[in-house]
Amino acid sequence: MWTSILIAVATITGIALASGLLLGFASRRLPPRTDSLVDQVNELLPQLQCAQCGYAGCRPYAAAIVDDDADINLCPPGGHDTVRRLAALLDREPLPLADAASSVSMSSLAIIDESLCIGCGWCREVCPVDAITGAHHYMHTVIARECTGCELCVTRCPVDCIGMVAAR
Amino acid sequence: MRPAPTFDLGKLNGGLRLPGEKANSTAMGIQVVPVPAQLVLPLTQHSGNAAQPVVGIGEKVLKGQLIADADGALSAPVHASSSGKVVAIEQWPVSRRHGDPAPCIIIECDGRDEAIGLAEPVIPYESLPLESLLQKILQGGIVGLGGAVFPTAQKLMQANTLPLESLLLNGVECEPYISCDDMLMREQAADVVKGAQILMYALGIQKCYIAIESDKPEALQKMADALTALNDSRMVVKMVPTIYPSGGEDQLVQLVTNKEVPSGGLPTDVGCLVQNVGTAAAVYRWICEGEPLISRVTTVTGDGIVSPMNVLARLGTPVAEIVAFAGGYTDRAKQLIIGGPMMGKSVTTDRVPLVKATNCILVMSHLAPPLDERPCIRCGECAVVCPVVLQPQELYWFACADDEVKLREHGLIDCIECGCCDLVCPSHIPLMASFRQAKARIRELADEKARAERARLRFEARTLRREIEEQKREDELAQQKRAAITAGPKEIQEMVERARRGKPPLERTEKGPD
Repeated sequence: MWTSILIAVATITGIALASGLLLGFASRRLPPRTDSLVDQVNELLPQLQCAQCGYAGCRPYAAAIVDDDADINLCPPGGHDTVRRLAALLDREPLPLADAASSVSMSSLAIIDESLCIGCGWCREVCPVDAITGAHHYMHTVIARECTGCELCVTRCPVDCIGMVAAR
Repeated sequence: MRPAPTFDLGKLNGGLRLPGEKANSTAMGIQVVPVPAQLVLPLTQHSGNAAQPVVGIGEKVLKGQLIADADGALSAPVHASSSGKVVAIEQWPVSRRHGDPAPCIIIECDGRDEAIGLAEPVIPYESLPLESLLQKILQGGIVGLGGAVFPTAQKLMQANTLPLESLLLNGVECEPYISCDDMLMREQAADVVKGAQILMYALGIQKCYIAIESDKPEALQKMADALTALNDSRMVVKMVPTIYPSGGEDQLVQLVTNKEVPSGGLPTDVGCLVQNVGTAAAVYRWICEGEPLISRVTTVTGDGIVSPMNVLARLGTPVAEIVAFAGGYTDRAKQLIIGGPMMGKSVTTDRVPLVKATNCILVMSHLAPPLDERPCIRCGECAVVCPVVLQPQELYWFACADDEVKLREHGLIDCIECGCCDLVCPSHIPLMASFRQAKARIRELADEKARAERARLRFEARTLRREIEEQKREDELAQQKRAAITAGPKEIQEMVERARRGKPPLERTEKGPD
C-alpha cells in the first residue's frame, strides 16, 4: 500500500514540477501579451494628446487608469461616450465628466499667423504629435494633416500668434 | 432581325415597377443645343481627384483642347467644349453639390466653334499596344456616363488585372423620366456597338451582353440591327424586365449572369465589367474619330418643361440655356432636379452647368408633399422591395440609435440608396435619408479612427525619441562627472595654465529651448 501512495505522490510531484518548469520558461522566454489592458484603454481614448487629464498624453493617462491612479472621467475631448466605454471595459462606475467645459476636439486645427511668428520654436517643443515644423529663428507652420487640435501650442506661444480654426 | 426573347435571366430581388413617364421626351429625336455664349466646366466632373487646370486666364482655346489634366491615380482630364477665351477660373454653382459652388473654368465662346487639330492621326485601335490604348482612353477624359462618373480608363486598368468573362453594356435606364440612353441607342446604335468592340479588345474578352429593358422596343430593334450590320457574333442583346432598380451595376449583373456580386465587392469579382452604353459611344468617338468627351445626350423633361425632349449639349452649357432651348419652364415649375426622381439631386439654381454626370434635367411642378411620419408598424414591405435583400426596418432602428456595429453587421454598406423602401413605407418614414446620414457618420467615424491611430503612433514615436535624447544627455553628464572625479594633478595643472594664458571666455551662444 505504501508503494502505491509513494507512486501517486511521485507522479503528482513530477507533473507539478514539469508544468512549473514549462510555465516558468514560457513566462520568461515568450513575448508578453501585446494587447495589454493599457493598450485596450488607450484604444478608447481619443488620441488628441491634449494633456487636459493632467498626464503627458493619452497613453500615460491610460497607464494611470490601469494603475488606479486616475479616475476615468478626466478626458474632456472624449466626453461621456469615452467615460461610458471605459466604465464598461474596466467594470467601474461611469462618473460624470470632471471638467465638462472644453472646446478641444479633433475637428479643430491650429493655425500660426506666419507674419507674427518669431521662430522661437516653443510651439514645436510642446506639440505632442510633431505636427509643427520650422527652423530656429525662422517662420514655423502647422502640418494640418497631423494636427490633433489639442491647443497645447496656443498658450505656449510668446507672441500669441497661434489660433484655432474649425477644420474638418 | 428581332432580338430573341431571353429566358435565361437571373432573378432580381425586390424592386418596384414604377410608372415610366418616358413617352413625352422620346416623341422626337435628339435635338442639338447651339453653342452657348459661356461655358462653365467644373474641374471635378468625375470621381477621384479634381483635374488640374493647364490653361491661364485670357488664353484662347479651341474645341477639344485639353484645359485641365488628370491629377493622380484616379482622375480624368477636362477638354474645352467649344472655341473661345478662358475668362475665369473660379467658384461656380455645380449640381454635384446641389448648387453650391466648386472650382470651374469659364470660357467665353467666340461662336466659331473651331476644333483643335489632332495631336496624332487616328490609327486603328487594333494596331495599338494595350497600354497605349488605355492611356489614350484616359486622355479622352472619358468617364462612366451612367451617373457614377468613374474614370473609364482606370476601371479598365483595374479590371485587366483580374480574370474576366464578359462585358456588360448597360442600356437599362430604370429610373422614371430618364430616356437619354434610349435615344442614344435609337440614333447612334452603330457607335455604341463599335465602342463595345474597342472595350472588348481593351479587356481581351470575347463576350459582351447588351442589356436593354423591355420597355424600349425601338432601342432593342436598332441595337439588334447594328449588331447584324456588324456581324459580330460575340455580342448578344439581352432584354431585361422593366423593374426599378435593374440598372444598378450589381443588380444588372445578377439579372444577366445570375451571379450575385458579393457584399462590398465589385462586378469584377464575378467576372463581369459593366459599362454604360453612352460610355461605349464616347470611347468610339474618341478612339476612332478623335473627339474627346465634350458633349453628351441628356433628357430635359418633367411637367415643368414646355416641350420635353432629349438634347445633345456641350458639357459646360448652363442648365438654364438647355431649359430655354426646350421651350422654357411652364408656370407650374417648382423644383429642379439633376438626375432622376429617385436618385437625382435637387439643386437650388439653374446656373449649374451640364456635366459628364448629367443624364437628366428634371423639372417638377409639385414638391414631394411632406407626409406625416408615423411609427413603424413592422409590415416588412421595405424588406420585400429591397433589391440587396437588406432589412431596412431593422437598419432604421440601428441608424436612429447610431449603433455602428449593428449597422455594419446588417450590411448598411451594401445599400445602393435606390429609395424603394421610402416609396412603399406606409408610415412615410424617411428611410433612405437616414441611411445616407448613417453612412456618412460611419465614414466620419472611420476617418476619425484613422486619424487617432496616426496621432497615437506619432505621439509614441515622439515619446520614444525624447527618452533616447534624455538617456544620451544623462550618459554625457555621467561621463563628464567621471572625468572630473578621475582627474589627476596633471589635468588640474593643465586647466590652471589654460586659465592663466588668458584664453578669452567662450562666446555665449544663444540657446533655444531645443
